[in-house]
Amino acid sequence: MKEFFAQFAIPHPSLLIYIAMASMIIGGIALVAIVTYFKLWGYLWREWITTVDHKKIGIMYLLTALLMLFRGGVDAMMLRMQLAVPDNSFLDAQHYNEVFTTHGVVMILFMAMPFITFFFNYLVPLQIGARDVAFPRLNAISFWLFFMGMGLFNLSFVIGGSPDAGWTSYFPLASNEFSTSVGTNYYMISLQIAGLGTLITGINFITTIMKMRAPGMTLFKMPMFTWSALIANLIIVFAFPVLTVALAMGTLDRLFGTQFFTMDNGGMDMLWANLFWVWGHPEVYILILPAFGLFSEIITTFARRNLYGYNSMVWSMLMISVFSFAVWTHHFFTMGQGALTNSIFSITTMAIAIPTGVKIFNWILTLYKGKIVITTPMLYALHFLPLFTLGGVTGVMLAMSAADYQYHNTMFLVAHFHNVIIPGVVYAMLGGLTFYWPKMFGFMLNEKIGKATVWVMSTGFLLAFMPMYITGLDGQARRMYTYSESTGFSLLNMVSFIGAGLMTVSFLMLVWNIWYSFKNSSRDISSDPWDARGLEWATHTPVPVYNFAIVPNLEKGSPEAFWDAKKNGVELFKGKIEDIHMPNNSGQPFIMSIFFFIAGFAMVFSMWPMAIFGLIGVLATMAVRSLEDDHGYHIHAHEVEETEKSYDKGGAK
Amino acid sequence: MAKFFPLGQVMGFIFSLVLTGIAMLVYFTDMSFTTGMIVLLVTAFIQAGLQFIVFMHAGETEDKWSIYSNIFYGLGLVIMTVLGTLLILLWDM
Repeated sequence: MKEFFAQFAIPHPSLLIYIAMASMIIGGIALVAIVTYFKLWGYLWREWITTVDHKKIGIMYLLTALLMLFRGGVDAMMLRMQLAVPDNSFLDAQHYNEVFTTHGVVMILFMAMPFITFFFNYLVPLQIGARDVAFPRLNAISFWLFFMGMGLFNLSFVIGGSPDAGWTSYFPLASNEFSTSVGTNYYMISLQIAGLGTLITGINFITTIMKMRAPGMTLFKMPMFTWSALIANLIIVFAFPVLTVALAMGTLDRLFGTQFFTMDNGGMDMLWANLFWVWGHPEVYILILPAFGLFSEIITTFARRNLYGYNSMVWSMLMISVFSFAVWTHHFFTMGQGALTNSIFSITTMAIAIPTGVKIFNWILTLYKGKIVITTPMLYALHFLPLFTLGGVTGVMLAMSAADYQYHNTMFLVAHFHNVIIPGVVYAMLGGLTFYWPKMFGFMLNEKIGKATVWVMSTGFLLAFMPMYITGLDGQARRMYTYSESTGFSLLNMVSFIGAGLMTVSFLMLVWNIWYSFKNSSRDISSDPWDARGLEWATHTPVPVYNFAIVPNLEKGSPEAFWDAKKNGVELFKGKIEDIHMPNNSGQPFIMSIFFFIAGFAMVFSMWPMAIFGLIGVLATMAVRSLEDDHGYHIHAHEVEETEKSYDKGGAK
Repeated sequence: MAKFFPLGQVMGFIFSLVLTGIAMLVYFTDMSFTTGMIVLLVTAFIQAGLQFIVFMHAGETEDKWSIYSNIFYGLGLVIMTVLGTLLILLWDM
C-alpha cells in the first residue's frame, strides 16, 4: 500500500511545489464551495458542460487559454528570476529543467493553441454566415479532449513530477534511462489526448468552411480571418498525425520497452527530433496564420480601408502552408547531417520569408493613405509590424546553416522565437480579444487602460528579449540554470528580468482592465461599436444562439460584407424568418473525455487495469453515440421573431 | 440498358484484380528486392487511385476540385517529408 502511494510522490520536492500544491487544493475546494453555495452545478451542466454551441465552446477555450497564460507566465517569471543574478539558488537544476519544459509546453500547446481555437470557434461560423460548425458535437469532444489533456499535464507537477526533458523532449534524454520520473509519460500522454482534440478541430473547421458558407460567399469572398483559419486547419490535419505517431512511439518506448528511439538495438534517437519537427515547424505556422488573419481584420477596420492585395494575401498563406512542411531540419542543423541537406533546408527556410514579407507589405500598404484610428486593437497591430519584422529578420539569420552553428542553443535563438511569438501570436490574441470583446460580452474594454497595457507590454518585451540577443551571441546557452559572475552576463540578465516583470505588470493591467470595464463600461453599445467591416458584426450583440435570424446572402457581397451593407446599401438579409434547425446539447463528449483522462492518468503510472477500464469506457461512449438517434430541435419562426424584437427594445443591442 | 449496367465499376473491379495479380507475382516469382519493391509500389499507388476514383466516387460531386487538390497537396507533403527524412537520416548522414 505504501509503495502504491509512493509512486505519486514528487521526486524533487521543494517549498515552491508545496506552496503550489496547497494553493491548487485550496483553490479547488474554494471553487467547488462557491459553485455549490450559489447552486450553480445545474447551470454549469446545462449551459456549459453539455453545450455544443460554437460560441460557448469558444469562450471555454478562451478561459482555459487565459488560465494557462497565467500558469505559463508564472513559469516564465521563475526562469527569469533564477537567471537575474549569477550563481542564484532560487531554483535548483532539476527544478529549472521542469520549469522551462512546462513553460514551453503550456505556452504553445495549452495557451496559444486554445487561444487560436477560441477565435476559430467564435468567429468562423459568424464570418461565413453559418449557424454552427459542421459537427457541433464533435466540436464539444475537441474541447473536452483538449481540456482533459491540459488537466493531465498540469497535474504532473503535484502528482509524480513534471516532465523535465524540454518541450522538445528529445530522445535519448527523454528515455527511461535519463528521465526517470513519470514526468515524460505525462508529456507523451497528455499531448496525445489534447492533440486528438486539435486534429478533430481541424477536420471540423475545414468541413465547416468548405460546406457551410452563406449562399453567394465564394472562397474568394471569405473574410481574411476565415481564410487563415482554413489554411491553419489544413496544416493541422496534415501535421498533427505526425505528432500522434511520434508520441505513440515515444509512449511505447517508455512504457512497453520498444526500441524506436533508443541508441542501440536498431533504434534511432534522432528520428524523434526529426518527427517532432516535421510536426513542430508546421505547428508554428498553425499559430501565426490565424494571428495574421486577425491583424488583417483589425488593420482594415481601423485604417478604414479595404485590405490591400486580398489575393496575394491568400496565395502567400497557401505558399506558407506548403513551405511550412519543407523547412523542419533548420531546428537541428547541428545534428550531424551533411552540408547538402543543410543547404537545401537553409534555402527553403529563407524562401518562406518571401510570402511572409508580402503580407507585411500588404498591411503597410493598407495603412498607406488610410484614415488611421488608433484604438487598443490597432495599437497592438501597429506594435506588431516593426517588432515582428525584427523577429523575422533574426529568423533569416538563423536560417543560414553555417552561421547557425554559432547561434544554436543559445539565448539568441530564445530571443528570436519569443520575438516572433509574442508580437506575432500574443499581440494578435490580445488585440483580437479586445476587438471582439464587445461582440462577446456586450461592453467595451477601457481604451485608456488598454493602450497603456500595450505600451507597457512592448517596453517590457523589448527589455526582456533584446538583451538575450546580445548574451546569446556572447555565448550564453539556453536551458542552463545558472552562470558565473565572470561570464559578464549579469547586467543584461537583470535587464531581462526587469522586462519580464514589466510584462507581468502589463498582464495584470489587462486583468484590471477587464474588471474595471465590467464595473464601469456602458452596456448601451450598438452591435457595431468599432464601425467594423466583416459579416460577424452584422448580427446582434450578444449574438443570439442561432447567430443570424435570416441566413445572409452574399451574391452581391465582398469579403467586407457588412461594410457593403452599411455604406453601399447592399441587402444582406433577404426573405423572411423561418424555423431554425439547431443541434441538441449532449453530456457524452464530457463523459467520454473523463474516460480518456482516467485511461491517460492510469497509463502514466502503468496501472493497467485502470487504463483498460478507461479505454473500455471510451469505446462504450462511442458505441452509445453510434446507436443514438439525435435529430436536433427546431426554434420556431415566432420564437425567433420574439428574440429579434427583444433586441429592438433596448437592453442588449 | 447501357445506363443501368455499371460498366465503369465492372472494369474497375477487373482492373483491380489484375493489379492484385501482378503484385502477387512478387511473392511467387523470383525477382530481386529492388524490382519487387518497384512493382509493389507502382501497383499499390495505381490501386489506391483506382479505388479512390471508381469506388469512392471522388470525381462525381461538385466538390471534386477540393477533393483532388487535397489529395495532391497531401501527396506532395508526404513525398517531401519522406524524401527529406531519408536525406537527413540516411543519404546525407
